[in-house]
This record gives sequence, structure tokens and C-alpha cells, in this order.
Amino acid sequence: MSPKRIVLRFGTDISVKPIVYRLVKDYDLVVNIVKADVNPQKEGTMILEVTGDQSEDGLNYLRNLGVSVQNLTQEIVRNDEKCVMCGACTGVCPTGALYMERPSMEVRFDGDQCVFCQLCVKVCPMWAMEVRL
Amino acid sequence: MSVEKTYAEINTKIKAGKAIVVTAEELITLVEEKGLTKAAQEVDVVTTGTFAPMCSSGAFLSFGHTKPRMKMQKVWLNGVAAYTGIAAVDAYIGATEMHEDDPLNSNYPGEFRYGGGHVIADLVARKPVKLKALAYGTDCYPRRNLETTITLDDINEAILFNPRNAYQNYNCAVNLTDRTIYTYMGMIKPHMGNANYSTAGQLSPLLKDPHFKTIGVGTKIFLGGGIGYVAWNGTQHFPSMIDVEGKELGSAGGTLAVTGDLKQMSPRWLVGTSYLGYGATLSVGIGIPIPILNKEIARYAAKKDEELFAPVVDYGEAYPSFTPGNLGYVSYADLKSGKITVNGKEISTAPLSSMPRAREIAATLKGWILKGEFQLTEPVKTLPSPADGFTAHSIKED
Ligand code: SF4
Ligand code: SF4
Repeated sequence: MSPKRIVLRFGTDISVKPIVYRLVKDYDLVVNIVKADVNPQKEGTMILEVTGDQSEDGLNYLRNLGVSVQNLTQEIVRNDEKCVMCGACTGVCPTGALYMERPSMEVRFDGDQCVFCQLCVKVCPMWAMEVRL
Repeated sequence: MSVEKTYAEINTKIKAGKAIVVTAEELITLVEEKGLTKAAQEVDVVTTGTFAPMCSSGAFLSFGHTKPRMKMQKVWLNGVAAYTGIAAVDAYIGATEMHEDDPLNSNYPGEFRYGGGHVIADLVARKPVKLKALAYGTDCYPRRNLETTITLDDINEAILFNPRNAYQNYNCAVNLTDRTIYTYMGMIKPHMGNANYSTAGQLSPLLKDPHFKTIGVGTKIFLGGGIGYVAWNGTQHFPSMIDVEGKELGSAGGTLAVTGDLKQMSPRWLVGTSYLGYGATLSVGIGIPIPILNKEIARYAAKKDEELFAPVVDYGEAYPSFTPGNLGYVSYADLKSGKITVNGKEISTAPLSSMPRAREIAATLKGWILKGEFQLTEPVKTLPSPADGFTAHSIKED
């Protein structure tokens, strides 16, 4: 069975709950944490690879807790032809995947830090951030 | 030793390939190394640059006549209305006009995908653009409708004419309310969650000549990748100098009306722009040369980010309700560092104005002057300066 890649987004109330432990213990899932940004002060995100027969039940358990669960079949890319390096996206990107290099003030995109929230896709004034399937 | 140079002397040196031209950032370094007097003696021209969304932009288009003739009364370009109450086949396409079928903010925050700024960008990129026109018909202009496709090269004239560009300085926007807001300063999170600003700081043209000693009517500039001219002061031109804790600051102040032949401009420097929840506009690249006629001009041109300040303004409540005042001033050095402190809170900052593009403009203009292709023009009329004390009025309602 191939693993399912998912993105979780949750509020500060969830940050303190042992949700990964529950997926493993109660739903018998193999969980690989690809990336986690959990901070009790702000919205948390996690990218997981989950394998197991009860994976849908496990994900429903998360949804019932109020966690947003999104399948990760997409990728965010920057269209370098369109990007003018203004920096507007760096103010909204929650993980620092889009960031300014100083002192050149050039805007860099580190896809490994991206959690696919798509905020930049909406906010970029030049439509330079694209969702690729 | 005093420094006095004339436009004619500087142009003679440019023609001979002997002029010393530096960008505003290079001038800062030079002044730090050699002092102001020496730098002012050596340098002939300082180049500036800015690339940012600039509302109050648009283009006059003269399409050429149809057969039979037509006096156009309504015109659309790719579905975006242009104003044609000027003459039979002339129209003005404004940057912020939206496509006829745009849902605007009915599905808040709206996306504003295609507007007049995008039409201008498509024209300058030599893309085919759909022209639709309606008319009521006259004896001399009988035709009543037209649907065709044009390109920039097909039409007779295309004149970029931007009534207000190159804002001297601008607010740094924050949001004191408890909901996210969508503005022309971008998306601003509640409780001062982020701060956006939109000026190139030490490269910004009008911050480097705040008293309008050299930039005036007729000044030849880099506009949209080609050559343009300052046509007049911009609308809402209210230059002033303010005193903040003993520091002399240029306030939001001055603006320029600029114009040039769209046909020689480039899509790299005129880019259609959309702001989520706000609207569409055009990003424009502008670069202005400043002749170093004397030491005072050099002193202003050498101002650095540490000495240039932006007011911090609440766009949640104060700005929309037109309540005067601000939350203090922050330097461009702080803004560019990525963090400012307002009311004791540390806030991360993001620009809307591209520094790499501003640098590219200043460097391009420098290259043109060094090659002797671009000479300086003395203004035929100076623009109102802070000494003239112009102030803004708001609309009187009955
Ligand atoms: S907002 Fe868009 S154009 Fe500006 S730096 Fe980010 S990706 Fe590039
Ligand atoms: S989708 Fe965009 S805003 Fe969201 S994390 Fe990725 S790069 Fe940042």
C-alpha cells in the first residue's frame, strides 16, 4: 500500500494534543512526519505520510477535532518570468518559504518549506505563484 | 571649494563620454568614502529608480479610421471599457478600469484578474487585443459598430500618460482592527500582524530631490523601459518638509505626471497588477537622472535609508475614515531590515515596491547616459516645491 501524503492545518488548541500518537495507537497507522511547524502561539501545520488500512478513519478522527486535512497532490511553483521580486508574498507566507534575501532584497522561494496554504497564490499581484498538479 | 555646474557643462561631458554617472546607492558609498564636497565635485549625474504599482496611469490610443467612418461612443479593449469622449477614434484606457464581467468584490475578497493595466501590458507585449466599439451614427460618421483585433503596431498612436506616478514617499500600512483587510497596500493581518510599505527608499526619485530643484516640466526620464518626460506635477502633488524629532523629512508629498510613446516601451517595465480584494492597476518602472549642479543637490541625493522615513498608518480604521494622524515614523533602513517596532510591538515588514527592479532601472539609465545616448534636460518650468505650501482639500458634500 502506497503512503498518502497529507497536509494538516490546525489552531492553537490542537497544538497541545498528541494527534500523531493517536493515529499510530488507535488507527494502527504508519506515520512519517515530513515536516511539522507546531507552536502553541500560532496556527500549526504538518505534512505527513500515512500508511495503513484505517487511514480514512484516522483522517476522519482529525477532521472531527477541527483539523483541516488536505491531500497533497499539488505543488506550488513560482513563475520566474512573471515574478518582479516585489516581496508582497513574503509578508503573508506563514513558513518563510518565500523570503527576502538581504541586503539584495531579492525574493527567494524554498519549496521544501512550503505547506501549500496557497496564500501567496491569491496575494501575489502578478499571479506569479502557481499551483501545479 | 564651492561646486557649481550647469546643464550645458554636464551635457558636453556626456557627449564626450567623460561624465561621471553613479546610481543613488553608489553616491551614498562615495560620500561615505570621500565626503560630500569631493563627491559633489566629482559626480555629474545621479540616477534613481522605482518599480511599483502606480495607480493613476493610463494611455491615450488613437486607433485610426474605419471604412466607412465611425465616431466611437463606447469602446472596450479585451472587454475593459476605455473612455472615448475625446474624439472619433481616440480613447483613454485607465489602469484601474475592470473587465465588464469582473465579479469585483461580490465574492469578497475579489481577485480582480484583468483590468486596464493588463490591457496596457498586453498591448506593449505586442499581444493581439480585441477592440469593440459602438456609435450612434452621423452623416459624416455613419458606422455604428465595430469588432476587430488590434495590436500596438496597427494603431496610429499610443501615448502613455500617467497623471500621478512616482509618489515621493508613502505610508507604511498596518491594521489595528481584529479582522484581515485587503487594501491597495496588500493583505494586512489584524492586530498589527504585518506591515507593508511601497517605496524604494534611498533609490526613490522624488525622495532624492525633495525641493524639486532639478525635476520639473520637461525632465527627460526612463519610463516603462523607454524614454519619457515629466509632463506636469502629478495630481495630489503636496510636497512638504516636516520635522520629526529634529529630523527633516520629506512627507508623502510630491508626485509626477509622466508621458511617453508607448510603442518604444517594454513589457518588463509595464506590468498588469491585481490586488486581492482591492482592484487592478499597472506597475510602472520610472528612473530619473539628477544633475549634481551644486553641493546642496548632492546632499539630498545622498540621503540614505537611515535618514528617510515613512509614516505608519492604520488602514483598518484611521485611513478609510479619513482620520488624520499616524502611529509614528519608521526609517527605510528599519523597513528593509524586515522588522519595525510600533507601539512597542515588533512587526514583520514586506515591500510592494521591487528593490531589485529599482536597482536595474538606475543602472540602465546610468548605462544610457554613459554611452552618450541620453542627455539631461533643464526643466522648462519648475514644479511646486515645499516652499509653496500647497495643501489638500477634501470633497465638500451638500
Ligand atoms: S508577490 Fe509575486 S511578484 Fe512579488 S515577489 Fe512574491 S512571487 Fe514575486
Ligand atoms: S503556498 Fe505560498 S504562502 Fe503558503 S507556504 Fe507555500 S509558499 Fe508560503
